[in-house]
Amino acid sequence: MAQTIFHPAASRGKADLGWLKSYHTFSFGGYYNPERMHFGALRVLNDDTVDGGEGFGEHPHDNMEIISIPLKGGLKHHDSMDNVAVINDGDIQVMSAGTGIFHEEHNDDQDEAVQFLQIWVYPNVLNVEPRYDQLTLNKDDRHNKLQQILSPNPDDAGVWIYQNAWFNLGSFDKDLNTEYKLHAEGNGVYVFVINGSIKINGQVLNTRDGFGIWDIDKFNIEILEDAEFLLMEVPMSF
Amino acid sequence: MQNIEILIVGQHPDIMKTILRLLNNKSGWNGTAAFNADEAIEKSSTIAFNVVLLGAGLTDIESKQIQQHYKIPVVQHYGGGSGLLYAEIYQALNIQP
Repeated sequence: MAQTIFHPAASRGKADLGWLKSYHTFSFGGYYNPERMHFGALRVLNDDTVDGGEGFGEHPHDNMEIISIPLKGGLKHHDSMDNVAVINDGDIQVMSAGTGIFHEEHNDDQDEAVQFLQIWVYPNVLNVEPRYDQLTLNKDDRHNKLQQILSPNPDDAGVWIYQNAWFNLGSFDKDLNTEYKLHAEGNGVYVFVINGSIKINGQVLNTRDGFGIWDIDKFNIEILEDAEFLLMEVPMSF
Repeated sequence: MQNIEILIVGQHPDIMKTILRLLNNKSGWNGTAAFNADEAIEKSSTIAFNVVLLGAGLTDIESKQIQQHYKIPVVQHYGGGSGLLYAEIYQALNIQP
């Protein structure tokens, strides 16, 4: 029998630093809720808006898989491996922090805010050589179908990470249905609605709601209103 | 109230420096660094730590040696300075901010 957890958008932690407005699905920074530490191997799901010309100064990471998905605008990245890049709406960026990396991220525009999702996943192997990658996705490939944007396999669609995880984006029209089949036993799926309204396992999810489902091998997604959503399949034990 | 004593163990010098700064900036918290398992175990003879944070660069054997030696929470710190450090410590010690 499927187990589920529902995280309404308004239940997320919030940080307002003036230049940064961030909603934390799980404990992060000044938001600490022992009941909201992670969903399986998914540790961080931040919904960030950064003002024009602003950004995160240099800071370190290690032994974490870090995925950024811009929703609006562009984000400039610079890291200690000398990668300098801009990711825009439609791109996905991944870093394996491994033995340690320093990086900084800034809004690439001086005026318009950038919105992006910042996602951290616990790796299945520690102390790897740090790596960086980014990919431009074809948005048409997610219209009324699921588009795989991340997997554990370098040869598969999307970027890859050191974890038995698969991410999909979907942009669906109202009144359609789709099914998601999990790739691995013991995995669960965390669903994040970017906008719109969907229903899974009897639970209605609206914009920025989150929903975890596990102990199941597939589930149906009903599209109640035009909707964009992200499915993050991750191991529940790791 | 006694300080919370935190041992951090890892091999990336700049990350260790950053984490020490973050820990020691927090009132009532005191960070101590060790760069390998031998050093980490030796430190226990002089300081009664509340929690150990493991960082990058340690071998599995070293991590296990530390976990076996210390009878307190031993957790990963993931580089710190980036939103997780404090939450991971609160959770390990079962305390509220």
